[in-house]
Amino acid sequence: MTPAQPDREERKTTKGGESLPTGPAAAAILSAGVGCSVLGILSVAADASKPIARLMTLYRPTGPLSGVSSLAILIWLGTWFILAKRWQIRTVAIAKVNVTAFLLLVLGILLTFPPFGDLLQGK
Amino acid sequence: MVFGAFFLMAIYGLVVELGRSAYLEQPAMLTARGQSLERLYLFSMVGLGWAAVLTGAYLVYPWYRAVPPAGFADLSLYPRYFLKSRAATAGWHDLGMEWKEHIAWIAPIVMTMVAYVLTKYRLSMREHPQVRKAVLVFALVALGAAGIAGFFGAMLNKYAPVNGGSTIHLMGKSQ
Repeated sequence: MTPAQPDREERKTTKGGESLPTGPAAAAILSAGVGCSVLGILSVAADASKPIARLMTLYRPTGPLSGVSSLAILIWLGTWFILAKRWQIRTVAIAKVNVTAFLLLVLGILLTFPPFGDLLQGK
Repeated sequence: MVFGAFFLMAIYGLVVELGRSAYLEQPAMLTARGQSLERLYLFSMVGLGWAAVLTGAYLVYPWYRAVPPAGFADLSLYPRYFLKSRAATAGWHDLGMEWKEHIAWIAPIVMTMVAYVLTKYRLSMREHPQVRKAVLVFALVALGAAGIAGFFGAMLNKYAPVNGGSTIHLMGKSQ
């Protein structure tokens, strides 16, 4: 990226997509990472705490999974909506976004792995 | 399980195509019909993913975690309690189901993003190699997540109820 092309610059989006800014892609990628990490965090929280598990039980036959998944989806979509609005016509530092999103994704996967969750809880 | 199997195959197909397209000298130009079919493939893949996790969580999982009546000795119709009743099979629940029920959601979240980016940047993906790389890496992770969920789903829904999972000891005794 040259000095004339800073991390963030505003560009118009063309209909054909020839000079689409990276903002919309960055918003989608980062929010997916956020959604996955929230899923992992909530799954560990619901496993560690009975009050949180009760709070997460939106549908009794499915148990805490109903709230954990629903809340993660809501946060993912909410984050995507906000970032998409903010980055709609911007070109953002996509490499940084990719690394951050990937780390969040890995965190989410690690936290869903029961032995790792148990380790965090000292079980 | 049908949704999940087709979802897994659809992700695999997409990963192969994404990998192949990275080595094309000239970007493939699709006809209008080809573009429509490509969109249909992506939307169907996402639909299959969400159908898999939603039916899994709200139709199959309640059956799996049903609580047997007090004093009920035959646990064969209550998979969660059946698996947890013996140390040799407890791992199927403690590791298998506990992991599967959460990691399964990662795949449709990620693949929704992948489908959106591929649709929006269809004509300009080659101008954004970082975006293309992210899409491929995330799709690979989603393939792994769906594979893990699919493996444990197949074992828990098919193998374990029939054989009790007695020959695969995953973890120590359940609490």
